[in-house]
Amino acid sequence: MISLRVNGKNYRVDVPDDTPLLWVIRDYLKLTGTKYGCGIGECGACTVHIDGKAERSCSIPVKEVQGRKILTIEGLSENHPVKKAWIKEQVVQCGYCQPGVIMQVAALLSQRPALNADQIITKMDDVICRCGTYPRIKKGIKTAIQMTEKEVKKS
Amino acid sequence: MRTSITRRTFLKGSLAVAGLTIGVSVTPFDHRLLNASEIDSFSPNAFFKITPDNKIAIFVANSEMGQGVLTALSMIIADELEADWKQVQVHQAPARDEYKNPLLGAQIVGGSTSVRGFYEPLRKAGAAGRAMLINAAASTWKAPEDECKAFMGRVKHEKSGRTLTYGQLCLEAAKLQVPQEPPLKNEKEFRYIGKPMPRVDVPEKVSGKAVYGLDVTIKDLHYAVIARPPAYGAKPLSYDEKGAGQIKGVQKVFPVPMGIAVCAKSTSAALKGRDALKVKWDKGVLPDMDSDYIEKSLMEDLNKPAKSVVNTGDVRKAISEANKKIEATYYVPYVAHATMEPMNCTAYVGNDRCEVWAPTQAQTDAQAAASKLSGLPKEKVNIHTTFMGCGLGRRLAPDFVSEAVTISKAVGKPVKLMWTREEDIKYDVFRAPGSHRIEAGLDAQGQLIGWSHKLVSPSIGGVKDGIDFFCLWGLADALDSPMWNNRIQYEIPNLSIEFLISSLPPPVSFWRSVQNGPNAFVIESFIDELAHAAGKDPLEFRLQSLKNNMRARRVLETVAEKAGWGKAIPKGEGRGIAQHACFGTWTAQVAEISVNNKDGTIKVHRIVAAVDCGPVVNPDPLIAQIEGGIINSLSTALKEEVKFADGGVKSSNFDNYPIIRMSEVPEIEVHIVKSTEKMGGIGEVGVPAAAPAVANAFFNATGVRIRRIPLSPKTVMDALKKV
Repeated sequence: MISLRVNGKNYRVDVPDDTPLLWVIRDYLKLTGTKYGCGIGECGACTVHIDGKAERSCSIPVKEVQGRKILTIEGLSENHPVKKAWIKEQVVQCGYCQPGVIMQVAALLSQRPALNADQIITKMDDVICRCGTYPRIKKGIKTAIQMTEKEVKKS
Repeated sequence: MRTSITRRTFLKGSLAVAGLTIGVSVTPFDHRLLNASEIDSFSPNAFFKITPDNKIAIFVANSEMGQGVLTALSMIIADELEADWKQVQVHQAPARDEYKNPLLGAQIVGGSTSVRGFYEPLRKAGAAGRAMLINAAASTWKAPEDECKAFMGRVKHEKSGRTLTYGQLCLEAAKLQVPQEPPLKNEKEFRYIGKPMPRVDVPEKVSGKAVYGLDVTIKDLHYAVIARPPAYGAKPLSYDEKGAGQIKGVQKVFPVPMGIAVCAKSTSAALKGRDALKVKWDKGVLPDMDSDYIEKSLMEDLNKPAKSVVNTGDVRKAISEANKKIEATYYVPYVAHATMEPMNCTAYVGNDRCEVWAPTQAQTDAQAAASKLSGLPKEKVNIHTTFMGCGLGRRLAPDFVSEAVTISKAVGKPVKLMWTREEDIKYDVFRAPGSHRIEAGLDAQGQLIGWSHKLVSPSIGGVKDGIDFFCLWGLADALDSPMWNNRIQYEIPNLSIEFLISSLPPPVSFWRSVQNGPNAFVIESFIDELAHAAGKDPLEFRLQSLKNNMRARRVLETVAEKAGWGKAIPKGEGRGIAQHACFGTWTAQVAEISVNNKDGTIKVHRIVAAVDCGPVVNPDPLIAQIEGGIINSLSTALKEEVKFADGGVKSSNFDNYPIIRMSEVPEIEVHIVKSTEKMGGIGEVGVPAAAPAVANAFFNATGVRIRRIPLSPKTVMDALKKV
């Protein structure tokens, strides 16, 4: 039995230790927002946060993340500036890669000291969007940063 | 392509026959005679339903694959229906004859036909609903119809100020006759059409809740993968069925036409089970085939006799008497779709029905395939179209549906069949490669007077008399219809086009823009060669052979102006132009690039595009489609080529089949030319002009012509070294 903490909830799953985290999240926890794209950590569609860092869930054996804080796209607040910016800028086309892209941007956005838009954009070359939403991902990143700054000012 | 049905039969089928008489329910999910007391909604056709709770459900025939079709088609109905967008709920329709695209005669998303195919029928469908709701209100109030007006989901009696909502009126309206020629809105009255509307599918996609094919979760679901042959035509010699069966969770191992299926309780168990099979395969039908073999075979085939497709004037004479004669050969390799969501399908074949959940672009074909393999009639096969992680034309083929149905039938359980990324690339039905030989002649004034073009390519399935018109798209349009207009645009008095089918084993299919993409690369690169040979500016040279093609001229002139054509650019940089018309739309693009002559990398700085597609329904997703098409095209221009070895596919995943990434994508400007011409297609039209614009910019920067894509660092270095 493996114990997992995903999106603030505790789960126990009966799977072999070497099962990729991705398939546990999808097949057992039924959190299907995290996508399978390549299985070798090349495309980023499976990106989740592990202790706040963007990681490729397809390439992590589930055993390694016992007891660590896992966040999937479903656990990222609907009010998160990246999600809001993605809707405002209509970033999405087919949308399949976007949960991974959003999770990666969200993790980079929370980095301290804060990264600017250009710094975040240069760290996005390890995700693939086949529809070609890259120009809008860039716009989305800029808008998300503006939204974050506004929220910081308000609080 | 398919038997075409006329617009008239379509309307008859969907509006008249289906929903005319009182009390026939034609909601997409139900088709039966009702007693008047059973009427619970108003659905004068298969495209929408209004219920007393004042909700309007719109059913969209076409698969949403990121192009925004759920929104665009709903906007058309909502506009003519005069609905309040807030009361609209959009649904993906099931597979049914009423949902066949009138331009194609099938329920498929292809040929950039969704909006232009459904524009008029859906306007009429919506307008019919509006007229009936007005009629229902007028009879309720016993007022003349012309005193009643529909406005945002209500009908208003202008004199008395009384209003009734569509919800309140819907059951009365349902009793009325459906008008065949309802009055359409004046375009100035459009409320939604032409305005940028946010896409209805974006919020659920951003939340992670959107259900794609791979996300389908149903009770007692089993997971299947297939071990497939490494070489084309290879047969299994042996495999360890027992070993695979011993993996925890594996339920059943059995041969299927495409290989050996492993069915398990989870994806990871199925994958482990497949590894444990340790299949030994024979060498297949052409074990020596590799990338070099393929290229050599296609180039050598150019020396064989071919079928004449177009032969106007006297091309031999024109070229032999020309002031200047130019000749070149080009090559375009196999390219994979590599959609982000690999092929998959979930199926359940029961005794009396077959349920299919599929990320498919082709409901008609998916239903036919599932019907054939399940042994159940079409009416008993329900196709549930899920969201899909990119389409690009790959999901037109129903192969993944056939496999899931076959496996579910064998195990008697609901089965989700998944292809891994490696399978998705290796067993793709690729974009067809092609070899081209072109000769052309210029007269003393540098005017193009003759063009002789031979193309060799594997068949995509549009063969008639030995000529595959899909392979020729961009060059010649055998359908000769303004709806497609997939032919060379230049006015060439002596033109010969010949075609020969290659019989190479790798299967090919439709890839966004079909062969307009590869053929535009060749035509527009060669036109640039001719401009250079004529000593003319590439824009001017193009315009002089497009004297009567006003739409081509306009996009070229627009893009030239917006991109600052003719202005000086820094040393080491280059600017290139290209135009292409296809799917009833005209496009032109300018690329600005720089070349690193130490490592051969090309940096594309900027692409400016102009598009004339006639009237526009939803402008923002339309621009997104052009951006996406350009980026797909740049990816093929700079990076993509499927590699072959040992009789099969060597490429396997994104580490060895590279796709363009964020930092490689330029600034993209899209200019939509205002146009009242006939509505053209959009989904595919961004692709063709981008690759040749880059190749032409490369020539402009270096003086070196590369007649093959991708312009990979190695290809670039080899070309630069030769100079």
